[in-house]
Amino acid sequence: MDDAIVLNYEISGEDFTRAGEASSDVKKKLKQMGVGPEAIRKVAIAMYEGEINMVIHANGGKITVEITPDQIIMILDDVGPGIPDVELAMQAGYSTAPDEVRSLGFGAGMGLPNMKKYTDTMEIDTRIGVGTKITMVVMI
Amino acid sequence: MTVQDLMNKDIVRVVNAGDDTDREIEKVFCCDLLSIAMGKAPAGCAWVTVMANLNTLAVASLADAACVILAEGSQMDENGVKKAQMQGITLLETDAPVFDAALAVYRAMEAEGSPA
Repeated sequence: MDDAIVLNYEISGEDFTRAGEASSDVKKKLKQMGVGPEAIRKVAIAMYEGEINMVIHANGGKITVEITPDQIIMILDDVGPGIPDVELAMQAGYSTAPDEVRSLGFGAGMGLPNMKKYTDTMEIDTRIGVGTKITMVVMI
Repeated sequence: MTVQDLMNKDIVRVVNAGDDTDREIEKVFCCDLLSIAMGKAPAGCAWVTVMANLNTLAVASLADAACVILAEGSQMDENGVKKAQMQGITLLETDAPVFDAALAVYRAMEAEGSPA
């Protein structure tokens, strides 16, 4: 689409405490563009969960956000280990997060379920040893 | 009851006054697991937790909480306080346990006639 605004982010896999900076930036930009608070909240939550997942499981990755007048598309691309069983990973409460992540309050197995809950569509394309690409859409 | 109204009471100590202290507190929400809070914290809530780390602030901001209340004397470190200042997040603290802190906020909301 001609009038799409595209934002690109590199997510560092090194620093867990910095996870969320890309999502915060998107949130700020959507607010400046006058997008409604409920759509902003959905995008912020879904993208943050994705960002956290990339840091915990995939040593970072790339996020592209396309904003059009009708929808916000988030594409999360990593070269991590892939998800062996997507159906299992989508179950609330299932997690493979390590202990140090759990001690920070994450790893309750709600990441992917939250991403699905807060978006209008979510597609997962994952290959073992190659990476995972998640495409999420929030309608405005 | 607004965030500022809460800050004026002796229920909490103010660590950082955020950008939007005129905001109405819609609900009180208690949870320490950030994964759960991310999906369940209602927008405009006063979020009571003992989990004091940088990720708590990220979740509060992205889930659009009105303020964070650290209970049980739990304290944010210096980096966390700086981040709250930078991101304009209202950060409060109390020595009271989570339930007592949440109940005190809830009662204050009732007293002010706010929906709880």
